[in-house]
Amino acid sequence: MNFDEVVSHHVLDHTIRPLFAVGGIRFNLTKHLLMMWGLGAALLIAVSLLARGRSKAAGLARMAVEMAVLFIRNDIVDPILGHGGRAYLHYFLTLFFFILLCNLGGLVPFGATATGNIAVTAALASCTFGLIVLGGIRAQGLLSFLKHIIPGGLPWAIVPIMVVVEVAGLFAKCIALTIRLFANMIAGHIVALGFLSLIFTFAASSRLVGLAVAPFSVLLVVFVNALEILVCLLQAYIFTVLTAVFVGGALHPH
Amino acid sequence: MLNIGLGYIGVGIAIGVGLFGAALGIGKLASAALEGTARQPEAAGSLQTLMIIAAALIEGLGLFALVIAFLAVATLNKSLQTGEPAAPASVEAAHR
Repeated sequence: MNFDEVVSHHVLDHTIRPLFAVGGIRFNLTKHLLMMWGLGAALLIAVSLLARGRSKAAGLARMAVEMAVLFIRNDIVDPILGHGGRAYLHYFLTLFFFILLCNLGGLVPFGATATGNIAVTAALASCTFGLIVLGGIRAQGLLSFLKHIIPGGLPWAIVPIMVVVEVAGLFAKCIALTIRLFANMIAGHIVALGFLSLIFTFAASSRLVGLAVAPFSVLLVVFVNALEILVCLLQAYIFTVLTAVFVGGALHPH
Repeated sequence: MLNIGLGYIGVGIAIGVGLFGAALGIGKLASAALEGTARQPEAAGSLQTLMIIAAALIEGLGLFALVIAFLAVATLNKSLQTGEPAAPASVEAAHR
């Protein structure tokens, strides 16, 4: 068993069925795509049922989801986005719960981490980019948005350089969002797979040594998965907070 | 073959130095947060939130280094399989 093969099997996307091609780009039905559809549908159905359910179980589940929703409203959207922010609350709730579910999906058996695919995180970051630009233009008007890309109070000489720096900074911030989420999700899986591969590395020299290493290796993998749950929550929170900070900066550039 | 081996050593050094920088940054951050909490326990909540945001940003940079190293290893592996360094022929010609 090759470490490369095992890692690429668990970390890369599997095409279940090719669908169509536009230009040179193939659009296939893949495992990550199915996970996103399934988790999105589950989130939609579950939250809709929870919001309207009358049983005691629905009430309890509603309290649990409300904790997260109120946390996002009171600690992320309201303080950071200011007075125009309530209008964007639904987007941030969707973003947080979608990223959280996609992150956690990789930890269940037969699941895959949809956000462990750089195309998915790039799409989420482009939604952030679109929200920054379009939200900024909607809140301030096109000319004011363009004028406020550069911070105020600069000497005339460095304004041209600052334009390039700030525009590049905008793109760099979105690329950083992409890679941060992607690398955090992938790294946990690769570390867990590495620990499991230790068993086979030791078993290559002697079967008994491999069997002896197995319990410790599995314990390490359990610990890494527990850490991964924390990382999933944290990365969903960080993506949402940073999106809120960037959009807030575009809505209120004071 | 020597070049490919040196490439692997380079990736190893890159990972070590990159993650060392990230760990140093997060260590400094954690010590500042702990000191602030020790001086003023009422601020613990807001300090914790700020600390987590800053830690995620710093860790993001460390993970950039990791991703670039993975890409470098993938290129090195591919050039191992094809048998020759994957640099374009013009670079080879420029070095002669």
